[in-house]
Amino acid sequence: MSTKVAERTRGGVGESVRRVDGVPKVKGQFLYGSDLWAEEMLWGYTLRSPHPHARIVSIDISRALSSTGVHAVLVASDVPGRKTYGLEIPDQPVLAIDRVRYQGEAVAVLAANDLELARRAAERITVAYEVLPAVADMEQALRSDAPNVHDFGNVLRHIRIARGDYNTPADVWVEGYYETGMQDQAMLGPESGLAIPAEDGGIDLYVATQWLHVDRDQIAPCLDLPPDKVRLHLAGIGGAFGAREDLSMHLHACLLALRTRKPVKMVYSREESFYGHVHRHPARIWMRHGATRGGMLTSVYARIVIDGGAYASSSTAVIANASTFAAGPYEVPNALVEGTAVYTNNPPCGAMRGFGAVQACVAHEAQMDKLARALRLDPVELRVKNAVSTGSVLPTGQIIRGSAPVREVIRRCAAIELPPAPSERDPLTYPGGAGNVSRGERLRRGVGFAVGYKNIAYSGGFDDSAECRVKLFSGPGGVIAEVHSAAAEVGQGVHTLLVQIAREELGIDTVVLHPADTSVGSAGSSSASRQTMMSGGAVQMACRAVRDVLFERARRAGLDRELAPDIPVAIRDGQIFAGARRVGALVEFLDEPIEQTRVYHHRKTTPLDRDGQGDPHVTFAFAAQRAVVEVDEDLGLVRVVQIAAAQDVGHALNPQSVFGQIEGGTAQGLGFALMEEIQLKDGRIRNPSFTDYLIPTILDMPPVVSVLIEEPEPGVPYGAKGAGEPSAIVSTAAILAALRDATGRELNRVPVRPDDLIGLAPPVQSSGPPPAPNVPYPEPVPKALGIL
Amino acid sequence: MRIMDVLLPRTLDEALEMKAAAPAAMPIAGGTDVMVELNFDRRRPATILDVSRLPELRTWRKEDGAFFLGAGVTYARIVNDLTMFPALMQASRTVGSPQIRNRGTVGGNLGTASPAGDALPVLAAYDAEVVLARAGGVTRALPWHQFMVGPKKTVIAPDELILGARWKIARGPGSFSKVGTRNAMVIAVASLCLLFDEGGRTVRVALGSVGPTILRAPDAEQFLARVLHDAGAWDNPRVPVPPAAIEEFAGRVAQAGRPIDDVRGTAAYRRHACTVLAQRALTWALSDRKLKETR
Ligand SMILES: Cc1cc2nc3c(=O)[nH]c(=O)nc-3n(C[C@H](O)[C@H](O)[C@H](O)COP(=O)(O)OP(=O)(O)OC[C@H]3O[C@@H](n4cnc5c(N)ncnc54)[C@H](O)[C@@H]3O)c2cc1C
Repeated sequence: MSTKVAERTRGGVGESVRRVDGVPKVKGQFLYGSDLWAEEMLWGYTLRSPHPHARIVSIDISRALSSTGVHAVLVASDVPGRKTYGLEIPDQPVLAIDRVRYQGEAVAVLAANDLELARRAAERITVAYEVLPAVADMEQALRSDAPNVHDFGNVLRHIRIARGDYNTPADVWVEGYYETGMQDQAMLGPESGLAIPAEDGGIDLYVATQWLHVDRDQIAPCLDLPPDKVRLHLAGIGGAFGAREDLSMHLHACLLALRTRKPVKMVYSREESFYGHVHRHPARIWMRHGATRGGMLTSVYARIVIDGGAYASSSTAVIANASTFAAGPYEVPNALVEGTAVYTNNPPCGAMRGFGAVQACVAHEAQMDKLARALRLDPVELRVKNAVSTGSVLPTGQIIRGSAPVREVIRRCAAIELPPAPSERDPLTYPGGAGNVSRGERLRRGVGFAVGYKNIAYSGGFDDSAECRVKLFSGPGGVIAEVHSAAAEVGQGVHTLLVQIAREELGIDTVVLHPADTSVGSAGSSSASRQTMMSGGAVQMACRAVRDVLFERARRAGLDRELAPDIPVAIRDGQIFAGARRVGALVEFLDEPIEQTRVYHHRKTTPLDRDGQGDPHVTFAFAAQRAVVEVDEDLGLVRVVQIAAAQDVGHALNPQSVFGQIEGGTAQGLGFALMEEIQLKDGRIRNPSFTDYLIPTILDMPPVVSVLIEEPEPGVPYGAKGAGEPSAIVSTAAILAALRDATGRELNRVPVRPDDLIGLAPPVQSSGPPPAPNVPYPEPVPKALGIL
Repeated sequence: MRIMDVLLPRTLDEALEMKAAAPAAMPIAGGTDVMVELNFDRRRPATILDVSRLPELRTWRKEDGAFFLGAGVTYARIVNDLTMFPALMQASRTVGSPQIRNRGTVGGNLGTASPAGDALPVLAAYDAEVVLARAGGVTRALPWHQFMVGPKKTVIAPDELILGARWKIARGPGSFSKVGTRNAMVIAVASLCLLFDEGGRTVRVALGSVGPTILRAPDAEQFLARVLHDAGAWDNPRVPVPPAAIEEFAGRVAQAGRPIDDVRGTAAYRRHACTVLAQRALTWALSDRKLKETR
């Protein structure tokens, strides 16, 4: 099935083109991964560990295997190939081997005729555990008397970034300690997919994922199959936000399908989803900022510890990000940043929108406000004074080469009109909303500001290239372009964008998308705000290659004078124009289709060296937000009144999509500031459902007034920067600042609870940062030791 | 293999017969609690009895100074139609989302008997009784506190169904408020219903989510009745009530709570919230009385 784009509009780059998947999604006709179905399909189910840390003494599957409707029950020894997998470091067992390291770790999987039979059969698997002491706290993990989560210890990666002398004397110093909780991506579509065994002994997996090829590369070795026998197809995705970067049900469904020789479907329930994917890292951050009396930053010290949980996932990259962004988008000549990712027996943490920059922003923006107060400077002006710009040197020694209109972003944001005080109010608009707790008693307004930034595409020397194939052919209704990309449409609008770019480059209306799968090369991940640049770039290149072939054909067909090299050639309405003159119709040259495949690479970067120096990031996108909040000072309830947002987007290729990203990211940041937290106790999740893991409703979301700063990024397609993450990075920090302004309280932990806002709970305390672990290298520890 | 039977009675009598024949059958009304239990795999009833189509449960009526609310009346209908009971309307408006209010019923709230059930503090403040029925036309009515006896615990017999709730209509202002950490669709961290009964010269206060079941605050109620009496405020709503008395009342209300720390909030916050809610609800009621008087 191909998606036909039938729009009368030109629908090229820069227009707010209607989404190709919009109507089916709104009408409920869109097929999500959880809607997949096949003849004779079985349902897979996962038995998970009830313990955060335990030795598996024995597993008895016999009673489950003999249960009605059960076709297979598999444990670790049934994994035919490599027994572990992982995005960066293959340290996570496909099925637990002798030991479980977090509550919810997969121990066994089974397939049955339906889900209810599968669940019941799973209860008949008997696992004997010997419970082990758990490491449930990230600082405990660093102490020498802590149990080891992995045999090589609990340090996963330590990053040290040193520039200048951070003890350089300063006129003013401010210090702070900050904590952030564990946030969940809370994507509305839980993990889902369908594995179908193929006649050639291979497997076809239809799955909702962010990166088909990295999944395949992890799956194939575990199945002991060559990569070309593991074919992945993108299923409809109900949101991702990082939760679909790691494997979840993928391997389990494939194992069961290959064993039973039947299609196997797996869909997680919401509760299981909380155990089935990684979360945002909880962080503890100690910071110290020095500045001159005039308000110029002289020095930043940051100590960051993040809780990676039981397995590596992408923690190694998240700590690199948190560390490289620790000082914020500000020029600072002296810096020392020490960042550590540790293993614990908590649920694994990994990618989530903002990827380490969110936690850093909470801390560096609180510090900037403290500094402004100490210096009696306007917090916005302090930020303008210190903002980086093109040519600035970051603490890593990286020079910002691309566009960096940070001052413009800050000023434009600050200039957005403040919301008027409402004259007559709907009681629903008071803090507490539908709860009917207020008629306006003891309301305090606060205003807060935050600036942040994010790297676009993968960093540290990684070449996350994107491939695209474009075919131009003559169809029944005219000339058609087919775009084949493996880029995952996670809701961000990349599929629409690819179509827009193909229209723009080829000058035709009808562009169809080939379903995303692994029969084309990798598009890289739909994460790191990268697909606009990467897959967008690949489509552009492939279209231009198609055009070159087309014009070459036209020249050979006798148009060589009309299409001489110095004449500008264009395609419009299916016609080729040389200058203003129409010289022929496309169809005349399309007896044979034209197909071209191209790969887009971003500029090369380098990993960090021992002192954290290098050129790690491709380029940056900046954002600022101002939050206006109202706090009920008696009840500690909050209503965010308005978010003013300015974002550096390079060039908005689909402005409506960009506004959507800003609003969505803001909602996620608001949730993190005010309510979203996976609560843990001794390694166990206390709120694994939407009953008690709260995400914002429409009554919690304020109007978002956004302005786009368009200063094209040199050297990238159309000068466009990705727009998915920056709003999610700054909104938490901006809301926090506004809450501090309203209450005068320190509020050094997110999410902020009502108790914090009314002083029932004191600010979180720390007796000081843990010493840096004795790790002499910047590489991830298991890699440096050559263990995994 | 048979997994579950679903019984679909058309009349109350038929439903009661079915319940008598299959006492283990689980009634389902709006299903907004039952389906969650099933989905979470916490309950696996062999038989489900659908009471959502019974006309006898979907009604309300005045009965000689009292009001009868059928168990099958949804929150959406209360919000739309039952303007004569503002506190009940307010409580119904705080329940869930529009979808939940379209399906969820007061009977279901009673059946679940969660201390966080939003209709329940209102019924408690109304001093409502719960009407139960069994086959053969046998009914009994229990005061709310004899019906709900613990967290999610009622004394309903296996062969009974809830017919509805009944209370004496009282004159006077009142309100329901609920505190939660989200501005809509949130389970109460603490809730409070305060009602004036001008005729009986009493004020009734009920608390939700701050104890194992719904709690009344008799000490605070008596204190306030006395204050109003001593000030002459029962006869003259314009007589000011001293702020210190309002504060004292609020403190006594909070004393009636028996909150715990849980994933939704701390005991300390819950106690504090009760004080604030009591103070506000009383202030609103006093000002509403005054307004009514001047009109
Ligand atoms: C998303 C969501 C949000 C929610 N938000 C709120 C909220 O804000 N406030 C709140 O109070 N609740 C809330 N609830 C819980 C639920 O909606 C309420 O408790 C509702 O009142 C249940 O009514 P129901 O008709 O759906 O009950 P059902 O689920 O059908 O039944 C509930 C219980 O009552 C029994 N029962 C039902 N009718 C009878 C009868 N006639 N005789 C005997 N037993 C009976 C059932 O057997 C069952 O035990 C929410 C639920 C969801 C899913």
